[in-house]
Amino acid sequence: MTSRLTATIHGWLLLLPAMALLALFTHWPAVATFIDSFYSTPRPRRPARFIGLDNYATIAADPVFWRSLWNNLIFAAGTIPISIALAIVMALWVNDRIAGRTAIRMAYFTPTVLPMIAVANIWLFFYTPQYGLLEQVTGALGFSSHNWLGSQDTALAAVTVVAIWKEAGFFMIFYLAALQSISPSLAEAAALEGASRWTFFRRVQFPLLMPTTLFVLVNAVINAFRMVDHIIVMTRGGPDNATTLLLYYIYQVGFNFWDTTYAASLTTVLLALLALAAFIQYGVLERRIHYR
Amino acid sequence: MTERPDPYAPSGVWRTLESGAAGLLALLWVLPLAYAVWAAFHPAEFTTRFVLLAPLTLENFERAWAAAPFARYFLNTFILVTLILACQLVLCTLAAYAFARYAFIGSNVAFALVLAQLMIMPDVLIVENYRTMSRMGIIDTIPAIALPYVASAFGIFLLRQTFKTVPKELDDAARVEGATPLQVLLKVYVPLAKPIYVAYGLVSVSYHWNNFLWPLIVTNSVEARPLTVGLQVFSSGDQGIDWAVICAATLMTSAPLLLGFLLFQRQFVQSFMRAGIR
Repeated sequence: MTSRLTATIHGWLLLLPAMALLALFTHWPAVATFIDSFYSTPRPRRPARFIGLDNYATIAADPVFWRSLWNNLIFAAGTIPISIALAIVMALWVNDRIAGRTAIRMAYFTPTVLPMIAVANIWLFFYTPQYGLLEQVTGALGFSSHNWLGSQDTALAAVTVVAIWKEAGFFMIFYLAALQSISPSLAEAAALEGASRWTFFRRVQFPLLMPTTLFVLVNAVINAFRMVDHIIVMTRGGPDNATTLLLYYIYQVGFNFWDTTYAASLTTVLLALLALAAFIQYGVLERRIHYR
Repeated sequence: MTERPDPYAPSGVWRTLESGAAGLLALLWVLPLAYAVWAAFHPAEFTTRFVLLAPLTLENFERAWAAAPFARYFLNTFILVTLILACQLVLCTLAAYAFARYAFIGSNVAFALVLAQLMIMPDVLIVENYRTMSRMGIIDTIPAIALPYVASAFGIFLLRQTFKTVPKELDDAARVEGATPLQVLLKVYVPLAKPIYVAYGLVSVSYHWNNFLWPLIVTNSVEARPLTVGLQVFSSGDQGIDWAVICAATLMTSAPLLLGFLLFQRQFVQSFMRAGIR
């Protein structure tokens, strides 16, 4: 009994510094965000007052919010499947004994260690009308000039490509580790049965990679709602909100328009979306992976 | 362990095809970086003219270095990542030890509260954290950038998993010898978890070297700004569009991590793997 008590005291003492900081910078802000969303933003000579669900009514009627949500869903639908598929292909290639695999693996992984803000600058240059590399290539091939980041139709796709380029090599690492942990006897057995390489991948490797896919998926989903550095550098949400993502809109409302409680309401929506995503991933997908 | 032949290893034409495709993708992947290197090391008139014998120059770097206080930004980033890593290592080690080896009342609730941070990341709570920092009066300081990240759920989780694999007998033996719990932690657990510390350290340093949004929000002076924010202020300022200089500045800010990566490629890749698998 006393040992349990001592363990409890020691345990909490060890935990205290980390818990205090978590409470101050994660738990309390999350709760405060929720509470603040029911108040008006204090202005000089007009203190904050309780306004109930007014902020949420404003969100529901805010075209920029719906645009940013829609953009973010498209951004997620673009980055998540493509970067995961590319990561699997890269890992399969690098796992085979192909020529120059060390250099190739390094090339795939390099974007991961570079600051997003720095590479976004390079990509900005890449996309620049007339002057940029992309224009030079398409120009040489005889296509007409196109302002990739300045056009409503292509701006979101252009920033999505940057995100895929940045992420795929990072996810490849986890698939590579998982592939290397698959026992070689499985490949021998499958070959004896006469399975084609595609069948071996689809029936053996891919199912065994499922736990990795769940892990990567969780990361990819969180990143899809967190990556805004390249938006700030490349488009600032433009043209005409074509590339505004949710977190970027929160940043704009909170720190350009200084409407803090409206930003808090938007943050609450974003947190709810992340919670929903986590629920689907852990509650639904994980069960299917284990019982298959 | 001898390597057994993989029956699905590509051979002949297939091997050539696969190598070619993989190489092509790799080329595409380094193209933006290669382009930046080209622009940074050549005079401005060759920025988009790819002449093999174009003269090399370091002038773009000199101009970038002179145009903004990059030395100060480097110092700030260096202080920032060191401060964060040092605090993270201490706090996460203590907390992970509690979770791994103490059966204390409320440990499950506490662990769930820690893991909550994996979803509710500091990156999302920018509005409230800014208010907290301004109430504490530390806006525009390096500690303000660091504080939200110091108690890292990821670090606690990673170290807890590692500490759990340490045999209980080692722990008991040290205690029989009369070691206090903290001595056991420092003499038994920490040395055994060394590879994980290296892995976590590399991931943490590269994350915070590259972090941008939160530092952009809480800093507004040269004295506190890290490199990433400094680079953004520099390249979006009155610099115009002198791409050669911007590319030089971009390479400069990424250089330490990039060189570290090229030199310790294996460790980097393995560290990111280790940090992800658990």
